[in-house]
Amino acid sequence: MNFFTKLYYKFRRTWKAIQLYLIISGPGIVVMIADNDAGGITTYAATGAKFGYNLIWFLIILGPIAYYVQEMTVRLGTVTKRGHAEAIFDGFGAFWGWFSLLDLIMLNWLTLVTEFIGMTAALHIFGIPPYLTVLVVCLVMGTMIIHGRYWTWEKIALVFCAFNLIYIPGAFMVNPSVHSILHDGMVPNLPGGYNNQLFFYLMANIGTTIAPWMLFFQQSSVVDKGMKEKDIPWGRFDTFMGAIFTVVVAVFIIVVTGTLLKGVDIDSAAQASQLLMKTNKYVGAFMAIGLFDAGLLGAICISLASSWAFGEVFGWAHSLNNKIKEAPWFYANYFITLLSAGIIVLIPGAPLVLITLFVQVIAVTLLPAALVFLMLLLNDKKTMGEYVNRFSQNVIGTAIVLTIIVLSTLYGLSVLFPKMFGS
Amino acid sequence: MFKNFIKYNLAKVIEINKKYSTPRIEMSQSVKFSLLTLRLYLIFLVGLLIYKFITLIT
Repeated sequence: MNFFTKLYYKFRRTWKAIQLYLIISGPGIVVMIADNDAGGITTYAATGAKFGYNLIWFLIILGPIAYYVQEMTVRLGTVTKRGHAEAIFDGFGAFWGWFSLLDLIMLNWLTLVTEFIGMTAALHIFGIPPYLTVLVVCLVMGTMIIHGRYWTWEKIALVFCAFNLIYIPGAFMVNPSVHSILHDGMVPNLPGGYNNQLFFYLMANIGTTIAPWMLFFQQSSVVDKGMKEKDIPWGRFDTFMGAIFTVVVAVFIIVVTGTLLKGVDIDSAAQASQLLMKTNKYVGAFMAIGLFDAGLLGAICISLASSWAFGEVFGWAHSLNNKIKEAPWFYANYFITLLSAGIIVLIPGAPLVLITLFVQVIAVTLLPAALVFLMLLLNDKKTMGEYVNRFSQNVIGTAIVLTIIVLSTLYGLSVLFPKMFGS
Repeated sequence: MFKNFIKYNLAKVIEINKKYSTPRIEMSQSVKFSLLTLRLYLIFLVGLLIYKFITLIT
């Protein structure tokens, strides 16, 4: 074989692998990019504005942590063919099952409200009234699922994921100093020394990196997609790619706000967009579009996570491959969750700030439980067989889970008792 | 219709409770310890929430 023939075969093999990946890809990328939801974008924007590039290294560390946790849901879903809610009921009995399910439903609904807050605020910058935003979002999300095909839903979701990369050109447009990014951002440091405010921001970033709905969503979507044990390596790769994207997006948001808004206190990403527009209208617009897209992606995943969980436990047909007639309860749950959360945002004087704070507190009650159940289920040799957690995986997993539990608890407490950390 | 809806779902909840009455996972010492710690952690959190609620209204 001559050089060109070898090159041609190599190209064909690579292209086939890419084609296969494009078929298999989905849950991992979608869940990881949706992790950068409206709340996440606000956290990153505020972190950049507060500390400049100095906490970029911390976000890079959070990428592998998110990957490690989500990879376990891929294995568990693929082997058991059960979503996380059903797996908890089955593994730990009705008490823990109901606790997790009801907590998840409440938390998801509240989080969905915060996604609507983000989306309406983002489009309000362009003069679009909130009621129109809610209407369009509900129509788009309805259109995504009525086809009765998981594949269609997933590919549309991936298109929205691509929009999340809008922060990258935005970051290039603000002409950041590459030297400063490398010098200040890539070398671990604690800007201004260790203090309560810094601790609050570190905890907030961890809180946005691993959310309870992510565990439930990815496991259910792996099951709905029909992934088999042989697909686990692809599922891992998919999740790994998603983890890279989520970190890249977070870093570029920090670059944008760290360059143009350093030293400014930011309350929301919408506020950051408006401030950015004063300096560079395109960057501000990109931030607003990205915020809307982030809220939409979050809403897409969160409402589905609830419907899947309910369907699994109640035994309803609960697949996106079912038509509405075949799975009426599944779709009814999806639309009721979506519409009720959207309507709340439109009510004048609704306690939206309280809801946002409440999300962080409720998350603290569910996240530790969901993570502990995940670790225990992954150690059940009878169910997991050869995919059971190895010793090294348990050591790393336990360290990650304990760290997340402690820090997310402290974050929840700081929200509940603001004076505790002086923030 | 509403009555039937409630009746159907109550029956479903009872059925679910019966179906998952026994945890399937092997209750080793480490599993028992994890679940106990989780229970204590949640009781602690609920206690804090109640404390916060009481301090808010008084």
